[in-house]
Amino acid sequence: MDAISFTLSDFHVLKPAVVLCLVGCGILLTDAFLVRRIGQRWLNAVTALVGEAVVAAVLLQYLPDVRSGGSLTGLGGSIVVDGFGVFFNVIFMLAAVLAVILSARYMEAEGEQRGEYYALILFAQAGMSIMATGHDLVVLFVALETMALSFYVMVGFLRDSKRSNEAAMKYLILGAFSSGLLAYGFSVLYGISGSTSLAAIGEAIAGRPALDWIMILALITTSVGLFFKIAAAPFHMWAPDVYEGAPTPTTAYVSVASKAASFALMIRLFVTAYGSVAEAWVPLLAIVAIATMTIGNLAAVTQSNLKRLLAYSSVAHAGYMLLGLVAFSETGLRGIAIYLLAYVFMNYGAFALIAALRRDGEAAEELDDLNGLFGRAPGYTILMAIFMLSLTGIPPLAGFYGKYYIFLALLGEGYYILAVFAALYVAVSAYYYFRVIRACWLGEAAERPASLDMNLGTRTALVASGVLTVLIGVLPQRFIDLAGESVLAALR
Amino acid sequence: MSLDSVLFYVLAALVLGSAIMTITRRNVVHAAVWLISALVGVAGLFLSRGAEFLAGVQVIVYIGGIMVLFLFVIMLVPVHDESTQRRFSNQKWPATVAAVALFLWVAFIAVNGVGMLDHPGMAEPLGPGSLSENSEAVGLVLFSQYLLPFELASILLLVAIIGAIVMSKTRNRETES
Repeated sequence: MDAISFTLSDFHVLKPAVVLCLVGCGILLTDAFLVRRIGQRWLNAVTALVGEAVVAAVLLQYLPDVRSGGSLTGLGGSIVVDGFGVFFNVIFMLAAVLAVILSARYMEAEGEQRGEYYALILFAQAGMSIMATGHDLVVLFVALETMALSFYVMVGFLRDSKRSNEAAMKYLILGAFSSGLLAYGFSVLYGISGSTSLAAIGEAIAGRPALDWIMILALITTSVGLFFKIAAAPFHMWAPDVYEGAPTPTTAYVSVASKAASFALMIRLFVTAYGSVAEAWVPLLAIVAIATMTIGNLAAVTQSNLKRLLAYSSVAHAGYMLLGLVAFSETGLRGIAIYLLAYVFMNYGAFALIAALRRDGEAAEELDDLNGLFGRAPGYTILMAIFMLSLTGIPPLAGFYGKYYIFLALLGEGYYILAVFAALYVAVSAYYYFRVIRACWLGEAAERPASLDMNLGTRTALVASGVLTVLIGVLPQRFIDLAGESVLAALR
Repeated sequence: MSLDSVLFYVLAALVLGSAIMTITRRNVVHAAVWLISALVGVAGLFLSRGAEFLAGVQVIVYIGGIMVLFLFVIMLVPVHDESTQRRFSNQKWPATVAAVALFLWVAFIAVNGVGMLDHPGMAEPLGPGSLSENSEAVGLVLFSQYLLPFELASILLLVAIIGAIVMSKTRNRETES
């Protein structure tokens, strides 16, 4: 404790975050001294992709060690790389790669093509990487803040857009407020246990006499802090404004990666630290999940802006995922993991198409802008339909399996009423997802219709998302096994 | 009365007096300066309890960082308009109730002793003397047990700096280069 020691094995567990931070700093430097002179700012995106390739190599390097329930521990147990951490790191990596690819075109079109943006994508990912592997409250909190701060800046990156600035401001203030609550809850946990390690906190809580007011205080403050981050009702009000105002690739990144990282932290905290007081938080989570699905699905029905529609749909999805935690079984958590993996592709696909949609160089984001798109770009419209069907949860597409396992877990644990509610809301969600499809096929095209502004990157992202959405749906076994293996590591 | 208690009452008077001056000044710059004085008093209180690390942090973070930020904000808003406006909003009465309730709560704890907050399983409070050489202890823990959050915080600050520059940089300079 009193000697400074940092060994090679400590470095080994930190590699993804270290690589991301170094490449992020590298982008800042090459942008300032090299890329700016050449005038080819998209080169920053290439640098970021090279960084992601290195991260992928590091994650592959972890594989033999985390297979069959193994784990790597570093820094006195505050970082544990296990199957769960690697699985979520893969999700973050996929999300970041898609964000970089989409941003290269979008930011160019918006006139904000700058190196800092790509550096922030990587810094956010470094924070998320540690959120998924951290086992210490202080580490988790600083990692969460690193992610959140990067997102605040990325959301406000379109400096000339009033809505982008407004979104960043709202996100910053509500985010800071929720972080404050979370920090307060963490301090209570430290007061209860005298330790910042999740395992020690779990033992201290299990060894306590009963569920008293101080435990309830800790539970409520940490839960509310995390509800903000995953945009669960009634703490979802930032989501529509932030999703609408942010640059579209950032919206996709925030909705997918930030949700996945917050769920990773939440699962770790609730399973490892709160596992013994499950009877206290299961009702709380069940109520919040129902409220989240209700508000998300009902509000999405009336939206006319595509990004707002997807924002409310993302709120609703957070509700379904929470139900997986309510079931608190291996099947339920496996459902969350497979849900999040599928969500990367179907959500990114939908946002990729919206990001490409332009009229006279201006971003077109209204539902009406999709009118008659099938006549102009049939291939991409079919992809959009696939993403919408997958978001609804129609088999055999990726989105089906997340919902399927969560419903299965709810029925297995005897939560029949919750399962009925969730199934009813799937029917509601079908209505607004089919509105999007209907606009594409049956909508009357405007005089100057919006067209798709595609480049190689956007095409690749769209097609790859589409292929994977179908692939996970048609050949699910491999992915379900991976999700199951990762969840078992978290439950151990 | 020991020297320690004399010191305590002097510092407490300084903190309370400055705090009252802070909320009663019409000129916001004066209020800010009085707030600095109150914060210095709190730093003195920490120091008299042997918590020299907290005292240092109090001076560096609150007086050095946050107060400078306050003064910047004050310089950026038109001060002379503010000094003629009505100073208390409609929330005066709820605020009074909240303040009185907080005062009664703190007084209640002070009268009954801090022991009433004890609950089973709570970590042991630190006794007097256990805080000696706390800067050294903080440093050791920071660079051993909490090395990772410490390093991660540097990335956090880097992101904050990038954010500030991105948000404030004007477009002209951008197109020049």
